[in-house]
Amino acid sequence: MYAFDYHKPSSVEEAASLLASKEDATVVAGGQTLIPTLKHRLAQPTDLVDLSGVAELKGVKMDGDTLVIGAMTTHAEVAADATVRSAIPALADLADGIGDAQVRNCGTIGGSVSNNDPAADYPAALLALGATVVTTNRSISADDFFTGMFDTALEPGEIVTEIRLPKPARAAYAKFPNPASRYAIVGVMVAESGGQIRVAVTGAGQDGVFRATDIEQALSGAFSAEAAKAVKVSPETMSADIHASADYRAHLVSVMASRAVAACS
Amino acid sequence: MAVSVSLNVNGKSVSREVEPRTLLVEFLREELGLTGTHVGCDTSQCGACVVHVDGKSVKACTMLAAQANGTSVLTIEGLAPNPEDLHPMQAAFRDNHGLQCGFCTPGMIMSAVDLLQHNADPSEQEVREWLEGNICRCTGYHNIVKAVLDAAGRMRGQPQAAE
Repeated sequence: MYAFDYHKPSSVEEAASLLASKEDATVVAGGQTLIPTLKHRLAQPTDLVDLSGVAELKGVKMDGDTLVIGAMTTHAEVAADATVRSAIPALADLADGIGDAQVRNCGTIGGSVSNNDPAADYPAALLALGATVVTTNRSISADDFFTGMFDTALEPGEIVTEIRLPKPARAAYAKFPNPASRYAIVGVMVAESGGQIRVAVTGAGQDGVFRATDIEQALSGAFSAEAAKAVKVSPETMSADIHASADYRAHLVSVMASRAVAACS
Repeated sequence: MAVSVSLNVNGKSVSREVEPRTLLVEFLREELGLTGTHVGCDTSQCGACVVHVDGKSVKACTMLAAQANGTSVLTIEGLAPNPEDLHPMQAAFRDNHGLQCGFCTPGMIMSAVDLLQHNADPSEQEVREWLEGNICRCTGYHNIVKAVLDAAGRMRGQPQAAE
């Protein structure tokens, strides 16, 4: 690791002002991606601003029919939270399948969505559920927030404060995990809200998380596992690596979508 | 610029000035000499470095010492009051031959103890899923899983020691 200075603010304002005043400061949330990145010397921030002391960024609540999760809420807390479990059980299940128990005890929803790893689970949930990402400056719909692999609409110095997820009529997530890392080789979240069906895919796309509009259309006709599985997904925009070829990922998108649909009903 | 780190480790208060980039596992091993917490992969995968921070298991290679400032840390050294009075999890690992080379054992035990804090009566499947973040290259996990199930039984049969 390159050397850096460390700060632990106790409010969002203090964190934002530290980010603005330091030469090249980075936020650390749970650190489960950032610390390995620093260890590999793939990043060289001058300052680390640790958000773990900001109490207002933690916790889960309902605001009418919208589930609100503070950015610094860990995956383990989301998985075990009774409010999440009752409002959007698919989200609790998704959180319970991220990484391993120790990663879930540290990693946070705000960190995960800000990082937008192309194989992370939460981006698929936010996109399928039509969530809103609230930051220090504004509210951004998930459709506009995820802009590409490891890329988001966040401006320098902007901090994610909470995630707002409207409660769906039904939703489920199905993941084909890498057996070692538990990252999604392909993960598909299917959600129905107000008669609209949204299907979001992580792990597969060259540009990160995306909506599978072909499958959405098929499911609008008939909400069945067979309908999802019958959609032939093009491998053209799929990523390929040592874990899975583009063809295999394209195939898995339909299969995971069909499993998610089956889990919905 | 050094940062001041004060925490409780295995029941004792410690304070040190450290570089901000010091990892918790380096702090434990090199500053405090607590070498029971191992560094295996140093990439958050193997779990040899698992310790408890405020009662929750974490990978000490993926946390800065500065992030643990103000917390209570429990390492394998703090699990049993003395070598003759092993924690039930340690005793179960010994009795079930839950280790061969022993390198992964401290992390396995700390992780398994955290599991039983959440789930006092886990199924074999739940034990295997929980230990996803702990890698053993000797045993094939069979006796580790047996040991954790055995320890769960022992701990249900006796008043649980406060951590």
